[in-house]
Amino acid sequence: MALVLAPETPLPGWLTALDAQIERSPSFFDNRPVVLDLAGLPREQPDIEGLMGQLEARGIRVIGTEGAHPSWQGVETWGRPLPSGGRATREVTPPDETSRRPTTPEPASAEPSGLLIDHPIRSGQSVVFEKGDVTIVGSVSSGAEVIAGGSVHIYGALRGRAIAGFAGNPRARIFCRRLDAELLAIDGVYQVSDDMDAKLRGRAVQAWLEGEAMRITALD
Amino acid sequence: MAKVVVVTSGKGGVGKTTSTAALGAALAQSGANVVVVDFDVGLRNLDLVMGAERRVVFDLINVVQGDAKLSQALIRDKRIDTLSLLPASQTRDKDALTPEGVQKVIADLREKFDWVICDSPAGIEKGAVMAMRHADIAIVVTNPEVSSVRDSDRIIGLLDAKTEKAENGGRIEKHLLLTRYDAGRAARGEMLKTEDVLEILSIPLLGIIPESEEVLRASNLGSPVTLLNPTSAPARAYIDAARRLRGELVEVVVPLERKGFMGRLFGRKVA
Repeated sequence: MALVLAPETPLPGWLTALDAQIERSPSFFDNRPVVLDLAGLPREQPDIEGLMGQLEARGIRVIGTEGAHPSWQGVETWGRPLPSGGRATREVTPPDETSRRPTTPEPASAEPSGLLIDHPIRSGQSVVFEKGDVTIVGSVSSGAEVIAGGSVHIYGALRGRAIAGFAGNPRARIFCRRLDAELLAIDGVYQVSDDMDAKLRGRAVQAWLEGEAMRITALD
Repeated sequence: MAKVVVVTSGKGGVGKTTSTAALGAALAQSGANVVVVDFDVGLRNLDLVMGAERRVVFDLINVVQGDAKLSQALIRDKRIDTLSLLPASQTRDKDALTPEGVQKVIADLREKFDWVICDSPAGIEKGAVMAMRHADIAIVVTNPEVSSVRDSDRIIGLLDAKTEKAENGGRIEKHLLLTRYDAGRAARGEMLKTEDVLEILSIPLLGIIPESEEVLRASNLGSPVTLLNPTSAPARAYIDAARRLRGELVEVVVPLERKGFMGRLFGRKVA
């Protein structure tokens, strides 16, 4: 799944806003293919050639463009141009992390690939870990949320929200010992409590993505 | 060593003030020196429930801001001389509480009393955080219904994050006090079961206080229910809870009102 970035004029202002976004979610663009929609830029846009360099400097991986004006030099070499009219399969709203307390200090080296928490997550608390799996030994209360770049493992009842693979990992899964969740999401595909099979309620389950559909099955 | 207890809940109207007064009186009756502190600045009620509303001169804010000495603001109970009240101010708001001032007042109260019981305001804002800040023990007052349980869960999270003990790497002792428990409705499945509440909140149970008109009557007469009618069902439940708070092992039972057929049948044997 690709993200669509649509630069707007003035370009410097748009880049500043992009930087602010990256600051809030440092790994939001990690390994995410990006399509540039250039239709919003005027034909006489200055410094269009520099845009690609600006994006590369921010670690954004452009796989193609669309809406580029034919007179622009070199734009066709930016990734592979897609047929026109392509659009994002879904709207991607990066989570607003300003209200969340950081749960992991960033070590200088040897970044941890998992986060283990051995106490319950209470209502109103939010655990965010972008770099990998989150394991909770305890329950996640109604009104609490666990957000992981990788999979979410809950050794207890899940009564709140679990969001796995949020930085674009469709292979992430959610495991819990007792399903009573308000919401499950994997790579942006979500299900709320009402959509879940009532027979699974209260059971140990796992959830994963099969294409664009979420599957939930009992583990016991 | 003095113990500082905060009585808190998140949700309003679950019985924090009633429980503060009843537990404070029960502890004082056993001979300990007890002060109950009203932290609900701007909406003070504890003075009414304690029947001391006509004796308030200075209050917590006056002491916090250094306008009055602690000894001037403390009101000694007329019924039990080991029980005192530090009232809240009705004319100010929670912003008048300063962290340094509160810390000093709690430290001074620790010197004078065995138990300092702080009645927290509802909510999760400054007033509630100030009340829990210096506590050693938290009593989380919860009604057996979903909104109260969720709010209590939120408060437990704050207790683990915003108290002095938690910030110093320790863990505050937490107890659940289940109030307004209606045995009849529980039997008919109209309320959350005690086990369900305990499972969700996963903190130890301090006591179950039955819903009773006796509690309302005591509040209106300005007396803690444990003093007004010590043999009533809620009073016995509070007295048992106070014993557990002191560290005694008392089995948790749901006291019933001694009336009705079953009550008459079994009530006699005990009496």
